[in-house]
Amino acid sequence: MESGASSAITVPTEAHSDRTDRLSPWNPFWARETELDLDSGRYVKIWQGPQHPGVTGNMALEVTLEGDVVRDCKTHIGYLHRGFEKLMERRKWIQCFPIVCRICVPEPDTNEYLFAAGVEELSGVEIPVKAAWLRALVLEMIRVASMTMGLGGQAGAYGLGIVGQWAVVHRDYMLDLFEELTGGRVYHMYILPGGVRQDLPEGFTGRMEKVLRMFENLIADIEKVMFDNAVFKARTKGSGVLPREWVEPFGVTGTTARAAGVPLDVRKDNPYLIYDQLDFEKIVGGESDIYERAFLRKEEILMSIRLIRQILKRMPGEGPVRRKLPNVLHWQVQAGETYVRAESGRGEMGYYMVSDGGEYPRRVHVRGASYTHAMALLEQMARGQSIADIAGLMVSLQTCPPEIER
Amino acid sequence: MSLKDVISPFYAWKKTLDKPYTIKNPIAEREGAERYRGFHTNDVEKCIGCGTCEEICQNEAIDMVPVQGADPQRGDSGLRPKIDYGRCCWCALCVDVCPTGSLGMSNEYKWVTPDAEEYRFIPGVDIKPWNGAEKGYKRSDEAWLLRPGLKNMPVVEPEERRQTFDEMALGYNDNLALLEANRCLECGICVEACPTHMDIPQYIKAIRENRLEDGLQILYDTNPFSESCGRICTAHCQDACAMAHNGDAIGIRWLKRYITDNTWQRRDDILHGDNRITERGKSVAIIGGGPSGLSAAYYLRQQGYTVTVYEKHDKAGGMLRYGIPEYRLPKAVLDREIETITRIGVQLKTGVAIGGDISFEQLRRENDAVYIAVGAQKGTAMPIEGMETPGVYIGVDFLDRIAAGERPDIGSRVLVVGGGNTAMDVCRSSVRLGAAEVSVLYRRTEKEMPANAEEIEEAREEGVRFDFLVSPVRISRLETGLRVECRRMKLGEPDASGRRRPVPLEGSEFTLDVDSCIMAIGQKVDSSMAHGTDVHITRWGTFEVNAETLQTNVPGIFAGGDCESGPDDAIKAIADGKKAAWFIAKYLQAEHN
Ligand SMILES: Cc1cc2nc3c(=O)[nH]c(=O)nc-3n(C[C@H](O)[C@H](O)[C@H](O)COP(=O)(O)OP(=O)(O)OC[C@H]3O[C@@H](n4cnc5c(N)ncnc54)[C@H](O)[C@@H]3O)c2cc1C
Ligand code: SF4
Ligand code: SF4
Repeated sequence: MESGASSAITVPTEAHSDRTDRLSPWNPFWARETELDLDSGRYVKIWQGPQHPGVTGNMALEVTLEGDVVRDCKTHIGYLHRGFEKLMERRKWIQCFPIVCRICVPEPDTNEYLFAAGVEELSGVEIPVKAAWLRALVLEMIRVASMTMGLGGQAGAYGLGIVGQWAVVHRDYMLDLFEELTGGRVYHMYILPGGVRQDLPEGFTGRMEKVLRMFENLIADIEKVMFDNAVFKARTKGSGVLPREWVEPFGVTGTTARAAGVPLDVRKDNPYLIYDQLDFEKIVGGESDIYERAFLRKEEILMSIRLIRQILKRMPGEGPVRRKLPNVLHWQVQAGETYVRAESGRGEMGYYMVSDGGEYPRRVHVRGASYTHAMALLEQMARGQSIADIAGLMVSLQTCPPEIER
Repeated sequence: MSLKDVISPFYAWKKTLDKPYTIKNPIAEREGAERYRGFHTNDVEKCIGCGTCEEICQNEAIDMVPVQGADPQRGDSGLRPKIDYGRCCWCALCVDVCPTGSLGMSNEYKWVTPDAEEYRFIPGVDIKPWNGAEKGYKRSDEAWLLRPGLKNMPVVEPEERRQTFDEMALGYNDNLALLEANRCLECGICVEACPTHMDIPQYIKAIRENRLEDGLQILYDTNPFSESCGRICTAHCQDACAMAHNGDAIGIRWLKRYITDNTWQRRDDILHGDNRITERGKSVAIIGGGPSGLSAAYYLRQQGYTVTVYEKHDKAGGMLRYGIPEYRLPKAVLDREIETITRIGVQLKTGVAIGGDISFEQLRRENDAVYIAVGAQKGTAMPIEGMETPGVYIGVDFLDRIAAGERPDIGSRVLVVGGGNTAMDVCRSSVRLGAAEVSVLYRRTEKEMPANAEEIEEAREEGVRFDFLVSPVRISRLETGLRVECRRMKLGEPDASGRRRPVPLEGSEFTLDVDSCIMAIGQKVDSSMAHGTDVHITRWGTFEVNAETLQTNVPGIFAGGDCESGPDDAIKAIADGKKAAWFIAKYLQAEHN
């Protein structure tokens, strides 16, 4: 490499510990940086990704190593950009509903819900009661499926491939139920403005209970092989600690925030659908390391299972599930803007939507936890970590590249 | 770290004894769920090729293509959706929007083929194992994205309207018009059905976008009687409307009226504000100031021809004035609509009968072309004994007198004979004249009645009684009133019109005592003014024309409207007028060269 400008990179001067006290969004530590001399022979730069088993989707980390230790990390995205937000500006309102689910493969329904909720809020459409319960049901079902996959990914990042395999199989049992209820396996296209597509099929509750038991057994198994595993503990406890003070300035939410002791949960803080009618508590931790974050996810799965049971029990029996919209071919949604949010498996997901009163959305902006967690935050947290732990760290921050790139 | 943490993970080995999660033969064992959204099915008999599925597909996966066996016909474009499964995302929006409910999805998802081209096919036409599959996603009524219900027109209550000839339909307000306009799919299947091919989707769109001036322009592009048609048109478009397959047709006629209701005061400005007509120096004579003659006049004049319309009545308008009663079409509406036509320079000579005041030959000599639009004005009498008895009237003559302002004394018991729209106008006018008991006799059943259902319903609301499968055989005079002898009928074999022919039932005679009896059984064309000329006339008295150009056997002489076809409807007469204008202009230009 030629000596010159390109051979030097800049990294923040100090170590984690004394950064936190001065931390604020207006005085970010990452603004003050020193240079790493790449010509010195002390550093080597490698790319992790965009194809890498530790990432669910395509995303690259450009890491500068000193020995095994990461000294600098840049996140690179752009491999998965499908332009959904822009596409929606050229689609009639109803035509956006099959698009949004594709923003997130493991958890499409949150997108479906938020898009629908946003349109309903802008246009003043109220959905039938039953539809609200069915929506909550679907949102909890997908949280179970996606967080289970997440646990699989977390285990896989430390070489525990078997958990990933169990997780995928169990997700498929949940997808069977999705298929029965919604007519689709991965992308359900079930929640749409005005309500949901259909009511529960006959005998659904019974089959759901069977699958929930399988999940409970699975979690018990995962506890044995993952959470009570000496190696997993050794590698994750105390590793990837997210300082509590970082939660707010970085916009951290979901289990990642709760693991740091910050009790954020949209379902409780800003109840939507029928969440105010369900009995549940926020699950809050404190250790804020990779182990804690994974542990909380596991607990969340168990809670979602309980919520599904509650929902199925309390849901009204009969009733409409869908309200008629104005003719969707020329539906003009009242001008205005809104931000709607929900608790996804990875944290707060939100849709900022603007209508100029026309037949097409003027702007749809998707806020997902992955974007905040896996971009700037990951860059900071990777520093000082061993290269071997980067994949695990990344998964623990709930990184889902398709959701980063809308 | 405890010993337990070291041993615990070995628990995973226990799983090797478990039954495998996978299934042996997924292709055979794993059927899609009951409501799975797999490859599409389409009931091609039910599908009308409206293309709404193509319109809504956000992946542009659907192309409408012609297929064998589905010929284009009224209300069916003859096209069917072809789906590209390289694009389809299985969202089923197409299924949820389909107005006929023909489109569905099977639960088949495992089909594979090495030929990529085969992933584009026409569901229901191309043979696939899942065609007609019961399982899979079918949209429920609840899931239908469209609204089946028509926004009803506000009308005067039946009790009130019995008392008056004032117009009964009040017109849509802005809100109703917008809601109704919103139901339109813009599929355009109606355009073909309209004899004059009005651009219906576009004027409805103009309503949605509150561009009523544009809407008016669009109406007048094809129909200079839009304001009248908004009230009395037979609306073939609504019969073809895609929405009618699962709900009510769009209220197209009322939407048209809504545009004119809100623009008529400014109509001349909007339509002809800055138009300059370039004179062409050729003249066309039009015989008959009904809708057909005046429409031809309007379009010919716009092209710069000198146009004179000869009308034997005191006022123009034809059957719209002397047939259709005030409560359906106010004369004021007709008057101002005709003024829009005369104001661009159409000469209107009323009170001039061709064949009487001026001879047909003279007209022909003095003009470069002639359009005959004399309508079918002659009421038909029944070939029964007693037709001459006082108190027996001919339907159109009766309506003509009312239109002229007379209020004939018909007594309180009135019998109307006939099942068409004239019969409806007669019976409902009788109610308004104060008759307490009005009955309609029709020789077939309600199903065969040519009158439109809405009119029958409204007549019933106003207290009119119907007696089906009955025909009068003799009328005689009583001291007060008339005795009508009738006979019951039954339906026999279908006749040439496809309707079952009524056959008398022997020994079923009975009598009815009434004050008046009005025969509304049809009209005939009076083509006598062309007798003795070389213009061909059919044995029904109608003018014989080339169906494409409306030219008679004599070059430069054209005929259209009711006098060409026998009694039909206003929009057909208007369409003929527009068409004649086009071919007359063509004829005149060719002649010039
Ligand atoms: C009672 C009744 C109700 C109807 N209701 C409806 C309805 O609701 N909707 C609908 O669409 N249609 C309706 N129709 C039919 C519709 O009115 C006619 O189809 C339409 O008016 C035909 O138009 P036209 O111009 O061909 O003939 P006409 O309207 O009959 O006009 C012909 C004109 O030519 C004039 N004329 C005739 N001979 C001569 C001559 N020798 N010299 C000069 N002028 C002459 C006549 O005076 C008349 O003004 C109805 C008809 C009747 C009788
Ligand atoms: S929307 Fe339905 S009726 Fe119309 S073309 Fe498509 S399949 Fe046929
Ligand atoms: S299912 Fe959706 S993507 Fe497929 S053809 Fe229908 S509308 Fe288009």
